[in-house]
Amino acid sequence: MNILSLFVLIPLLMLLGLWLARNLNQVRGVMVAGSSALLLMAVYLTISYISLRNGGAEGEMLFVDEVTWFAPLNICYSVGVDGISVAMLLLSAIIVFTGTFASWKLKPLTKEYFMWFTLLSIGVFGFFISTDLFTMFMFYEVALIPMYLLIGVWGSGKKEYSAMKLTLMLMGGSTFLLIGILGIYYGAGATTMNVVELAKLHIPEWMQNIFFPLVFVGFGVLGALFPFHTWSPDGHASAPTAVSMLHAGVLMKLGGYGCFRIALYLMPEGASVWGDLFLVLTTISVVYGAFSAIVQTDLKYINAYSSVSHCGLVLFAILMMTRVSSTGAILQMLSHGLMTALFFALIGMIYGRTHTRDIRQLNGLMRIMPFLSVGYIIAGLANLGLPGLSGFIAEMTIFTGSFQNPDIFHRVCTIIATMSIVITAVYILRVVGKILYGTCTNPEHLKLTDATWDERLSVICLIVAVAGLGLAPFWVSDMISNSVAPIVSHLIH
Amino acid sequence: MEFKYTILILLLPLLSFLLLGLAGMKMRHRLAGSIGTISLGVVALLSYVTAYNYFTLDRTAEGVFPTVQPWNFEWLPFTESLHIDMGIMLDPISVMMLVVISTVSLMVHIYSFGYMKGERGFQRYYAFLSLFTFSMLGLVVATNIFQMYVFWELVGVSSYLLIGFYYTKPEAIAASKKAFIVTRFADLGFLIGILLYGYYMGTFTFTPVETNLMGAGMILPWALGLMFVGGAGKSAMFPLHIWLPDAMEGPTPVSALIHAATMVVAGVYLVARMFPLFIAYAPDTLHIVAYVGAFTAFYAASVACVQSDIKRVLAFSTISQIGFMMVALGVCTSADPHDGGLGYMASMFHLFTHAMFKALLFLGAGCIIHAVHSNEMSAMGGLRKYMPITHITFLIACLAIAGIPPFSGFFSKDEILTACFQFSPAMGWIMTVIAGMTAFYMFRLYYGIFWGTENKQLHAEHTPHESPLTMTFPLMVLAAITIFGGFIPFGEFVSSNGHAYTIHLKASVAVTSVVVAVVAIALATWMYARDRQPVADMLARRFPRLHRAAYKRFYMDEIWMFVTKKIIFRCISAPVAWFDRHVVDQFLNFMAWSTNAAGEELQPIQSGKIQSYVVWFFGGAIVLTILLLLLL
Repeated sequence: MNILSLFVLIPLLMLLGLWLARNLNQVRGVMVAGSSALLLMAVYLTISYISLRNGGAEGEMLFVDEVTWFAPLNICYSVGVDGISVAMLLLSAIIVFTGTFASWKLKPLTKEYFMWFTLLSIGVFGFFISTDLFTMFMFYEVALIPMYLLIGVWGSGKKEYSAMKLTLMLMGGSTFLLIGILGIYYGAGATTMNVVELAKLHIPEWMQNIFFPLVFVGFGVLGALFPFHTWSPDGHASAPTAVSMLHAGVLMKLGGYGCFRIALYLMPEGASVWGDLFLVLTTISVVYGAFSAIVQTDLKYINAYSSVSHCGLVLFAILMMTRVSSTGAILQMLSHGLMTALFFALIGMIYGRTHTRDIRQLNGLMRIMPFLSVGYIIAGLANLGLPGLSGFIAEMTIFTGSFQNPDIFHRVCTIIATMSIVITAVYILRVVGKILYGTCTNPEHLKLTDATWDERLSVICLIVAVAGLGLAPFWVSDMISNSVAPIVSHLIH
Repeated sequence: MEFKYTILILLLPLLSFLLLGLAGMKMRHRLAGSIGTISLGVVALLSYVTAYNYFTLDRTAEGVFPTVQPWNFEWLPFTESLHIDMGIMLDPISVMMLVVISTVSLMVHIYSFGYMKGERGFQRYYAFLSLFTFSMLGLVVATNIFQMYVFWELVGVSSYLLIGFYYTKPEAIAASKKAFIVTRFADLGFLIGILLYGYYMGTFTFTPVETNLMGAGMILPWALGLMFVGGAGKSAMFPLHIWLPDAMEGPTPVSALIHAATMVVAGVYLVARMFPLFIAYAPDTLHIVAYVGAFTAFYAASVACVQSDIKRVLAFSTISQIGFMMVALGVCTSADPHDGGLGYMASMFHLFTHAMFKALLFLGAGCIIHAVHSNEMSAMGGLRKYMPITHITFLIACLAIAGIPPFSGFFSKDEILTACFQFSPAMGWIMTVIAGMTAFYMFRLYYGIFWGTENKQLHAEHTPHESPLTMTFPLMVLAAITIFGGFIPFGEFVSSNGHAYTIHLKASVAVTSVVVAVVAIALATWMYARDRQPVADMLARRFPRLHRAAYKRFYMDEIWMFVTKKIIFRCISAPVAWFDRHVVDQFLNFMAWSTNAAGEELQPIQSGKIQSYVVWFFGGAIVLTILLLLLL
């Protein structure tokens, strides 16, 4: 059996296990066993992928497998991975693993919560292993629906509104997407839905011009493309901790991944026509998100806007269409996924203790919860691109790659985007200075305690991942760069 | 000669940081401090060994010391030719910097035992010191410009962490934030400079191929100019200097290490590192460096004349002295030290001597602050009888910075002035006047602390005392270096084209500068050495506006507050956030509402009444029939 199918099969078994579980300990046992298995699988997959490539394995996708599913429409369950998907699978597995521990004490309806959580991860894993357009779309939808319930039931604040808004906007995006996918399929006159096969066919230019923006916007909504990003602040603010982690950490990456793998890869001519317009929008996203974050007072809003800015950088880099910038985009997805998950985990833990996320009501937490505070500073430093942590390598790859477009337009966009490194520093340090430093003035807060073991585990795992990527970027950068090459070589300059 | 062992110079402080950072909380203060200090001691020893081994190497056929790269590996690949490497490069200036950094850092490590004794977070302090030392050493041995940027950012963050060491103090929080953001802003220029450089030179190393250099045209001066912006931020050149005086909120030994001796000269080092390109392809940009440096030196010297906080005086003095180093680099007109290239050697020499005597001044100030528990000169006066060692060493440093022979500052400053006079007489005279101002404000400070009116009331409550040996020992070591450092044949090791250059004093310049310094010291003695200071008070009264403006540092901080609070917060961020919530988001809400409203409107049609359906059905059928008839 194909190793990739295990990524869907294990969560399915977890679902079964959760369904049968009788008490909290069994639920936790199933989750820990399942998510650890997924993490181990992802690590194993990464290692074997790299060693296969080093051994000279040819072909765009490795570990390919195909099962016909619905012959009349040529829909197959076809799987395969390249360096990009391997990186994304590793990211997802880390987030699911740490997310499990971050929601260790979640109440009520723990069992149901984890069932939806697992279903969501099926969608995510399925999306990244699929090479068939339709299967991909299906898994994409599977990932979206549980979000509605996870936010609507277990969320906080104006959760019903946020859940509805998020679901409607993303569903609206997937409508575009469906039209786009069908357009690609019929436009190419294809007899397959396999992405790699489709890329070899040519879609008429006028059809590309129609369907490229549909697919790009469809995925762009999930990738927080300006002006379709407003689900993100509300959605993240209302979601429970682990859902925020999974959503910002992984789900938003589906957007960037889809834009790259489907929109640009299959419709290069459409991309060259529409690229500049979208590039302007993403440049706006990058700076606009960062500026908006400066004046927010809710920790989660700050982080949500910061995500708009950082995910904007992903789309920005994709649209720069050079090999280096695209590598940077994937690195940024990886890096942002890890560091934003770390951020949301910490915010959730702080909120769980203080019951407020308003930075005006928090101060001097360093003395009270040193572990969480140090974690928060590390997350902040990663976010503002400190060398040695993951943010730096991703941003530098993006900027170096973007600079390879020698024309004035791309140069101006790049320089505007680089400004975000300063603005990011402003909003990160503002929060650190306000909530962690200083003296605590709220006597209630003085009684609070530092992180428990499950929280520590989750935070330490993420910090290790962030630092690991930041200190030794060469292996992952090589792996991604080689997989990006065939896609970029398709593009027209 | 292999230099493989130099990797230890970087690894030891890193390991010490990791060890203290992860396990420091559980250690005793003494153990944590010892780990940091011992590892630094080994680093210093290795640096001296490296310097000895390096400078005893045979010169190459061109008569220069060979550039050695014992370590270099590809850290982050971009393309075939563009990649960030991590490695160690030894050449005269990087070896010189290794010696400076490890010496000052070791002294600060020892000093901190006494100064930080019993402080909460002692282990954290040593962890950060190790982190800083690691980053700074990594910066100077960088094999390429991007590695330099990587460590550049790391020194920035260690500076942030150390300035904010007393994180419960609001001033320290604000100062650390300001330092990081201002330098980050400057680093943006540096980054864009690197990107331009990398794209057009096709490499991040310091030695691009000739054809790329020739083909770049106007790009190279721009790229180098942008890099200088980054350097100006770190090295506190006007108007990016505003973070440095506030950075004095950090513990005083930190100010000595980071904000006087090492990190703040990183900008000078950067310009020196790029000097071959500057001089060959962008001489005009290099002269801009000189003008910026000269203005900064003048501005900072004039502010330093009226400050009352002793650390602030020293901070402005640092800014002014770095201005001197920048000027020295900027006035170079060729790579030949005998013909217009003297400034390069002068600048590096001054960097070396300044690091020693400025660290000495700061550490001395630390002893004083330790003794009187205040930074203000009003709490001092007459301290010479209480703290003799501090007094003597401080005086030695003051004489050195004022440029009195035979102290080290005289020699290096004299070379700078000679270089300036070679460039243009105007530049020479301007810098001579600023050197005179330096002597004046330093002796104003010296008299204010050790002579002048004693704050008897305060001293009666709490008698000032000399510091323990852990604190005075570094003072004595640094004082010894300050006394004898000037006699080092510096030009033999470092010069603009790498050939040995014998330093020879130019009599006219030397005499002029000494006369100016002596006059300035005499003036300061006349004005400040006595119990009352009628002249100074009279001047302050005669020119109240000027005095006030200088005291307020010519309102640069107010301008900074205006830019950040008013422009960035109120005029950009707040409207953007408002726009997002009230326009973009409301538009989507409106879409949702209109869908809803349309549904409400259309709902009556789905009434469930057969009769109305029949009416609609027939109505529709009739309309369609008519349409068909018309069309046919």
